[in-house]
Amino acid sequence: MSVTEMFSYIQGFLSADQDVREDIRKVVQLLEQTAREILTVLQSVHQPSGFKEIPSKCAKARELFCTVKTHLADLKTKFPVEQYYRFHEHWRFVLQRLAFLSAFVVYLETETLVTREDVAQILGIEVVREKGFHLDIEDYLAGVLIMASELSRLAVNSVTAGDYTRPLRISNFINELDSGFRLLNLKNDPLRKRYDGLKYDVKKIEEVVYDLSIRGLAKEPESCMDK
Amino acid sequence: MNKREGEGCPRKNADAVQDRDVSTNRSSPIITVFKVFQQELDTRHDKYERLVKISRDVTIESKRTIFLLHRVTSVADPEEILNEADVKLDAVRQKIGQIAEELRGEDIFQFHRAFTPGIQEYVEAVSFLHYIRHRSLISLEEINARLVFMRTEKVDVKGSAEALPPGAQVLTFQVTPADYLLGVADLTGELMRMCISSVGNGDIDTPFQLSQFLRQIHDGFSYIGNTGPYEVSKKLHTLRQSLGKVEDACYTLRVRGSEIPKHMLADVFSSRTTLIDPEEGVV
Repeated sequence: MSVTEMFSYIQGFLSADQDVREDIRKVVQLLEQTAREILTVLQSVHQPSGFKEIPSKCAKARELFCTVKTHLADLKTKFPVEQYYRFHEHWRFVLQRLAFLSAFVVYLETETLVTREDVAQILGIEVVREKGFHLDIEDYLAGVLIMASELSRLAVNSVTAGDYTRPLRISNFINELDSGFRLLNLKNDPLRKRYDGLKYDVKKIEEVVYDLSIRGLAKEPESCMDK
Repeated sequence: MNKREGEGCPRKNADAVQDRDVSTNRSSPIITVFKVFQQELDTRHDKYERLVKISRDVTIESKRTIFLLHRVTSVADPEEILNEADVKLDAVRQKIGQIAEELRGEDIFQFHRAFTPGIQEYVEAVSFLHYIRHRSLISLEEINARLVFMRTEKVDVKGSAEALPPGAQVLTFQVTPADYLLGVADLTGELMRMCISSVGNGDIDTPFQLSQFLRQIHDGFSYIGNTGPYEVSKKLHTLRQSLGKVEDACYTLRVRGSEIPKHMLADVFSSRTTLIDPEEGVV
């Protein structure tokens, strides 16, 4: 094989690769659009009036997740399934956002931490790599960490809206999350950087809880004392 | 909630904090799932580290092979050196076999960053050897064809390899086109050094062959241009410099070769190349 032939073979490979990336980028753009819509719906829980409407907001968000499912199903067809990590960078960001949004919806509904299986189910994807397009564990954890900072904001706003018990529940939840993350041996990577921000969320919620307790506003001090 | 109040500074004492937290809510479902996550992440990081280590070994051994091959120009019997290089590269291939072993059942690209430097260096070494032997560019298929490994416990039993006992598995390692391309770009630096040193040995033909070959590679890279990965365009710059040096050398040979006695040509060159080449080490 001559040098020229070799290079034109490689060139053919590279342009095929670029085409795939172009296709992926288009679908990811749609996904980002939907993710922003869901975020807008959920953002209204921070409004004083929004607290009563949490169930209906969640229902609306879940409807939008159906669109996400179809987009993700579309994304799966754009590249060979065993090359997930080759193109991972393209959808990593949006998948983290979506993991955050599903975790947030589930928290608002049940006040529990969403499992990885549930996120995968909400998004219509797999948990384990062998089965196809899946949710990488680091992306799931990053999504959970984004939710932690959203919850610290929610704690502040729920006090403003006159809901004094929610911050205590959030505080318990975040503390548990914090001890969970402390079990992980994170490398010096983006996830670690994000985890380093968790302590500020914990601190902020603690301050809210402190403010409430010294004013006697916390309604159920016993329940969290024995925690 | 009081247990959190004094936490500001003792946080540094991570172990103590962790012990207490884990013991307070050992049973909590969140802790249970995070223990699973811990294992999964640790397994992944360990594998990554192992791959980095193998890749480093591959790099070192490939570099040594390249140094060995540079001796070819100044030795009476090149065949001996080429055979020695072959043996060395076989050892490198064994290491790559370990990488393939680690990657069995994994997504290659998930760990690609861990071993790409080693693979590029290997491509450089193997294509350098190929060029010295055959004066042509090794193809990606030829490289990949040599990276097929039999995974059987009894490797010493030579006859059983063909028979493929039921337990044996064929493992392959595929060099990606991008790694191949970057390896070939590095090769051009080695060829430039070879050109200069062969002049030093009074070899007049090699520089002209090399300049022609380098020009072909340069044309190939220009054809790919910026469709390739980002690193390619960076290497293209270095490639231009190498090509320039080789072309200059050929020019000097042509112009002054007829005037200067051969044994003095080397001196002309060494002064010339130091002038235009302040950063030889970059290759």
